[in-house]
Amino acid sequence: MSSVENKTSNTWLNSDRRRLIVQEYGIFFAFLLLVGILAVSNEFFLTPGNISNVLLQTSINGILAIGMTFVILTRGIDLSVGSVVALAGIVSASFVTSSATAGVFGAPYPMALALVIGILVGVGCGALVGLIVARFSVPAFVATLGMLSAARGATLIYGGGRPVPGLTPEFRWIGTGNILGVPMPVILLALVFLVSWWVLARTRFGRYIYAVGGNPRAAKTSGLNVSRIRFLVYVISGALSGLAGMILSARTGSALPQAGIAYELDAIAAVVIGGTSLSGGVGRVTGTLIGALIIGVMNNGLDLMGIQSYYQQVLKGALIVGAVMLDQKRNQGD
Amino acid sequence: MQPLLKVEGLKKSFGGVAALRDGRFELEAGSVHALCGGNGAGKSTFLSILMGIHKRDGGTILHHGKPVEFSSPAEALHSGIAIIEQELSTVPHMSVAENIYLGREPSTRFGGIDFKTMNRNAQALLDRLGFDISATQYMMNLSVAQMQLVEIAKALSHEADVIFMDEPTSAIGEKEAQHLFAAIERLKAEGKGIVYVSHRLSEIFQIADSYTVFRDGAFVGDGKLADIDRPGLIRMIVGRELGEEYIKTNTPTEIPGLEVQSLSASGKIEDISFTAHKGEIFGIYGLMGSGRTEIFDCLFGLDRPSAGKIHLEGQPVSIRKPADAMAEGIAFVTEDRKLTGLNLTDSVRNNICLASLPEMSPAFVMQRKSEQAASADMMARFGIKAARDKMPVSGLSGGNQQKVVLGKWFLREPRVLLLDEPTRGVDVGAKREIYRIICDFAAAGGTVVMISSEIDEILGMSDRILVMRQGRSAGIYDRQETDAQSLVHLST
Repeated sequence: MSSVENKTSNTWLNSDRRRLIVQEYGIFFAFLLLVGILAVSNEFFLTPGNISNVLLQTSINGILAIGMTFVILTRGIDLSVGSVVALAGIVSASFVTSSATAGVFGAPYPMALALVIGILVGVGCGALVGLIVARFSVPAFVATLGMLSAARGATLIYGGGRPVPGLTPEFRWIGTGNILGVPMPVILLALVFLVSWWVLARTRFGRYIYAVGGNPRAAKTSGLNVSRIRFLVYVISGALSGLAGMILSARTGSALPQAGIAYELDAIAAVVIGGTSLSGGVGRVTGTLIGALIIGVMNNGLDLMGIQSYYQQVLKGALIVGAVMLDQKRNQGD
Repeated sequence: MQPLLKVEGLKKSFGGVAALRDGRFELEAGSVHALCGGNGAGKSTFLSILMGIHKRDGGTILHHGKPVEFSSPAEALHSGIAIIEQELSTVPHMSVAENIYLGREPSTRFGGIDFKTMNRNAQALLDRLGFDISATQYMMNLSVAQMQLVEIAKALSHEADVIFMDEPTSAIGEKEAQHLFAAIERLKAEGKGIVYVSHRLSEIFQIADSYTVFRDGAFVGDGKLADIDRPGLIRMIVGRELGEEYIKTNTPTEIPGLEVQSLSASGKIEDISFTAHKGEIFGIYGLMGSGRTEIFDCLFGLDRPSAGKIHLEGQPVSIRKPADAMAEGIAFVTEDRKLTGLNLTDSVRNNICLASLPEMSPAFVMQRKSEQAASADMMARFGIKAARDKMPVSGLSGGNQQKVVLGKWFLREPRVLLLDEPTRGVDVGAKREIYRIICDFAAAGGTVVMISSEIDEILGMSDRILVMRQGRSAGIYDRQETDAQSLVHLST
């Protein structure tokens, strides 16, 4: 050990604080390092156009991962987000399509109606999962695995297996528009992040979530309504999946029945890389955002270097496992 | 005669902090040796070094006069040193025999497990030890006390001659504890050396022959228990004079605080009635599984009673969930702080505030200032020793953790305090402070109902005692008119 190490650990308050700094900011340093390496090795990486591109590509996964953070903080998991993305995307699209055959009667409707409907579809799926998990004590893995399949099926039934094309420009704006040059999806991600951060760090409900994830039995004896809190986190994840689904279809201009396949894996990866514990009670939405950015930056950087996307998947796998290994080592080190 | 185990000058530091400075210990064959000390005295570190979980920084360990060094518990066990841990590590879905021979199952000619031989050997071992357990039973169907006996059998199947027992009675009842002591006597007669670690002094005086005391990571003294009395031993453990162990400052009034009328929950408790008065400490004594905790579960809305009425200060109340009980001013300090009392991954401050979140966020947003003030207040009031209130509560000693739980409930300014084993796993010094907190609360007009399986504690603290037996009340007694013998007799 270095002498600095010994000096700081003489009083354990210092070592405690040091551990805290590593825990809070370690992932952020890793992110900066990654950005630094890419900035040096590729002159195109730090151009405004590319930064905007990375953020745009991160926005959908970021929004899903933030919802996933709420769920994982309570010791749960939500495997259904990718399918809910597709279902909410196609249902809302059917209200704003100008296609004569794919839309509902009277379409296209104003964007606001489609937005409400898309969110409601997500909320509905989340509420169903939440009810099954919280009231009937079915493990979250199983309940959301069921929804993964069922919502995908519902998507195919609803659209007859066909895409819903020709979305109105008004609706497409949430995916392709911008405010002062910032793409709409990035603005939506920022809003979702700020509200979620505030809820988790500053409100009563945030405390409830950490308490339920940390020790559900202690939470119950402290008078918390544990099943209601469990129910609500799936509703939140569902609502955000609905939002992500609409951004996706607005960006592509049509809602595809196979949209969002395997999106749950990237969302879980971002949460895990961001330092949230799968055993609940520990983690931050800031970490999740950085986790999502790391995945986005890595994909982008490898693209710029001209590395095939197949290799990107292998690297992402290594990154997920590596991040958790580091986390374990850090926790044992004390 | 050569001692079975001799340890000298054992040292160990964690990150620059000395957990053990001078560990000394000598164990004779055929004896029970009590290892005493408060929390943080270095007992756990001592045990973990002997079991090969941690590496020592210095010192020698002689087993049968030969220096030994273990790098894992398996190695320690192999050379004949076994530990029965506080939290048992058994495989619930396997049989008793499979647990005993885990990892060294006898094999058949074809490489499979020879279940017949294994079961026969296990049963022979259990019978020899006089344990009334079937080798083919599933582990999960055994009581905690029976699992401990299986662990002892497992240790002996490894030919262990040194057996450490870390707080073996913390999760079992009085009657089962007596069975355990009988087993220990039998081991002693076989010439084994038993190291008994416990906070419960009455047990130490009952079962052990000699003692060693650690304080602040160093050896303080040892000797024969026959040559020392209880106050003397306490003085050595704490390092200062403590005065009377139980000082009662409360006087019960005639005003009923909590009235329970024929409370029943099917299959758990039946027809329980009592009235705890304001200013009174009302004790409930009974064995594990006698329905003690179930009474509290019903009173606090964690379980639904099938019949019965509850009155608080004369008013009938209906409690369907913990939030209802809390709204009525009832607080419940549960039996196992790690399982049901604390969120170990969270900070001291957040744990103190855990039961008062709505009060601290009138507009949904948490008021940081009131959280900070509340935790500072509770830490000062109960003398909770923590470097910062944002540090994780898992880093505190057992006594301080228990005070955090008390702080969480006192923050709500309760009228009725339900205490389930309030001093379990807490050292002698912290125990006193908790007793003082309880007495002060009662003296100020609060109503206390306290469950304890420590006879001294229940007799020392309670004004009246309800004895539970098999889910029913075996009567309510004044503290003056009863004693340890009759409590044990009534409860079994």
